[in-house]
Amino acid sequence: GNWGRLAAQQSLTQDQLLDFDTYGNVTLIHVTDIHGQLKPIWFREPEINIGMGEYRGQVPHITGADFRRAYGIEDQSRSHYALTYDDFQALGQAYGKMGGLDRVATVVNQIRAARPDALLLDGGDTWHGSYTCYQTQGQDMVNAMNKLRPDAMTFHWEFTLGSDRVREIVGDLPFAALGANVFDAEWDEPAEDFAPFKMFETGGVKVAVIGQAFPYMPIANPGWMFPEYSFGIREERMQAVVDEVRTAGAELVVCLSHNGFDVDKKMASRVDGIDVILSGHTHDALPEPALVGETIIVASGSNGKFVSRVDLDVRDGRMMGFRHKLIPIFSDVIAPDADMAASIDAERAPFANQLGEVIGTVADDTLLYRRGNFNGSWDDLICQALIEERDADISLSPGVRWGPSLMPGENITREDIWNVTSMTYGKAYRTEMTGEFIHTVMEDVADNLCNADPYYQQGGDMVRVGGMGYRIEVDQPIGSRITDMTLLSTGEAIDPAKSYQVAGWASVNPDTEGPQIWDVVESYIARQGTVSVPPNTSVSVVSG
Amino acid sequence: MVDTATPRVRVPRDATAGEIIEIKTLISHDMESGQRRNGDGDLIPRSIINRFTCDFNGQNVIDVAMEPAISTNPFFEFMAIVPESGTFVFTWYDDDGDVYTDSKDITVT
Amino acid sequence: AGASVAALLPVASSAQEAVDAIIAEFTGGAEMGAEGLTLTTPEIAENGNTVPVEVDAPGAASILVLASGNPTPKVATFTFGPMAGAQFASTRIRLAGTQDVVAIAKMQDGSFVRASREVKVTIGGCGG
Ligand SMILES: [Mn+2]
Ligand SMILES: [Mn+2]
Repeated sequence: GNWGRLAAQQSLTQDQLLDFDTYGNVTLIHVTDIHGQLKPIWFREPEINIGMGEYRGQVPHITGADFRRAYGIEDQSRSHYALTYDDFQALGQAYGKMGGLDRVATVVNQIRAARPDALLLDGGDTWHGSYTCYQTQGQDMVNAMNKLRPDAMTFHWEFTLGSDRVREIVGDLPFAALGANVFDAEWDEPAEDFAPFKMFETGGVKVAVIGQAFPYMPIANPGWMFPEYSFGIREERMQAVVDEVRTAGAELVVCLSHNGFDVDKKMASRVDGIDVILSGHTHDALPEPALVGETIIVASGSNGKFVSRVDLDVRDGRMMGFRHKLIPIFSDVIAPDADMAASIDAERAPFANQLGEVIGTVADDTLLYRRGNFNGSWDDLICQALIEERDADISLSPGVRWGPSLMPGENITREDIWNVTSMTYGKAYRTEMTGEFIHTVMEDVADNLCNADPYYQQGGDMVRVGGMGYRIEVDQPIGSRITDMTLLSTGEAIDPAKSYQVAGWASVNPDTEGPQIWDVVESYIARQGTVSVPPNTSVSVVSG
Repeated sequence: MVDTATPRVRVPRDATAGEIIEIKTLISHDMESGQRRNGDGDLIPRSIINRFTCDFNGQNVIDVAMEPAISTNPFFEFMAIVPESGTFVFTWYDDDGDVYTDSKDITVT
Repeated sequence: AGASVAALLPVASSAQEAVDAIIAEFTGGAEMGAEGLTLTTPEIAENGNTVPVEVDAPGAASILVLASGNPTPKVATFTFGPMAGAQFASTRIRLAGTQDVVAIAKMQDGSFVRASREVKVTIGGCGG
């Protein structure tokens, strides 16, 4: 059927992929949420991405065929594969893995060939998410990114290296470490370690790049790891900094943001004077910028899968027009940059034996992925590992959006396990919780996803649950969304008064005890040999 | 609390006559709310700073009545007008009768 | 998500009477306007034990701050003296769960103004 057409489309060349009619006088290059991924990967986009309130049905909250219709993307095309979830296995075989920082380097170099003073801006979540990143406390990513020569970056997971390590790295960075919303927690003043903005002169234009770090850092991640800092959206502060850079002569104001897409949309509607928001955190990849008032919002995906190029025509202190391309990093089409490839291999070489060890195999009936609002198959696997290895009734796994996919039939290496579990607070706890408390936790997390006001969302997904089914009505108020909680092993309703053994990981509490989650998952996969994950039918989602 | 209640204050060293300046204060104090229980399940008695004042050359800037809902290590930020050179005096009143003070001079030009 | 200890959900309206009584004591039952008092709080508290709260009411004699969902709602009363440069104050407060923080300013002319902001206190979770 489609295979002939797929084969024909594979003849895409690097030149065709990177073709861009250079425009205006300023070029921005945006990468974000790389999560430690130096090598090409599989990465399946979400099937379920619910928008709340006025954001429902708006990008990025459309998926699959609806997404393709919205952007005029042909079924079975390369863009179908890169940007939507369905037919992932077949399209993956045709179009290959995506990403790899050596391919990203080729793209960046080619853009710089056309526009030597293009600004390369990294939205953060860079120094996190892999075996080598964990073992080197982020140094592998710092070294690789330094070769890419960004002009500025902002932050989220970086802070989970601990504030001492962050300051150690930031002190040596050959580019700007930005965060207008990073404050000293004690005196409530802008933190001295992070500049609010940097002014660049490019194409004869004064460009201000303002950083906005992840606002909910001490809530979504362990605040005890960086107690000196306070974050928050700080709308008034953003307006004050925009006004300051305009007064200082900025003709183009760019916000390098880790707010998440809906927060960026709301912020754009309430802060005047931002021309471009380069959006990160929620991992959305959009073929066109979203427009809010006179602000364009660019979303560049995650895990090294995409690079955004934005050319702008700035005249008389105004953005007169733009040209944009979301460049998918097809690893079989884009030649790796030899210099970067050699550096990446050198970073990985000391860990080669550990990385490559095969722990098990993905069953032919199973695609391992995460990224939707609710459990993906990787999450189900982790939850099942927690139940069996930690002898629990119920398991909880964080609703994160990072972590590559694995195809049916593939080997599972240690690196693959670390790619979906690596973090500095990965201990797998085991504790008793009453049914009532489990409900409270579920309601609390659900509100962080489902609150109709994006400023009250944290930009994550629903906690993944093993051993327990439930029904969620996303449009209900907090306290009334989660019903029908059922213990899957017995089919009985969860009793609010009864205690259950709950295993989980990624607790934000400092005193968490237990084995590391990657060891739990490795042990489980090794015992299974071949891992098959049945479709998850235990979460019933009601919306609209 | 005498040993641990250490005040810290940020006041500009100088200002122009009539300028409105920003003042920030912190004092290390547990602010025991009286609602927490110890390991035996008994209520830990309330022990807080219940009042904070700032005066400039004998005239009041701000007077705060504080309840147990004020966080550990109470922080205040407020504004003062400085018509002349002089001294800010900061005073914290503890439940246990202790009074902690700090002062800062400012030169008006 | 995780096994955080403090479960913090909106507090039921049982404390409403206590809040009303404190307000009545402060205002003497007078009507309250809605303009002229700016109350600034974070949307989501980074830590429910230390939530920044800022009040600003030009022309106020004093400002009362309440945490409507705390077991003891009264938080602080700021009284401004002749050397106050603005009727502005900022502090950090404890919130026992998601709730409305309420501020009431008594103006120098004897009138009252009220402002309220919801602050979400969450167990926390994870994200992108
Ligand atoms: Mn993030
Ligand atoms: Mn991310």
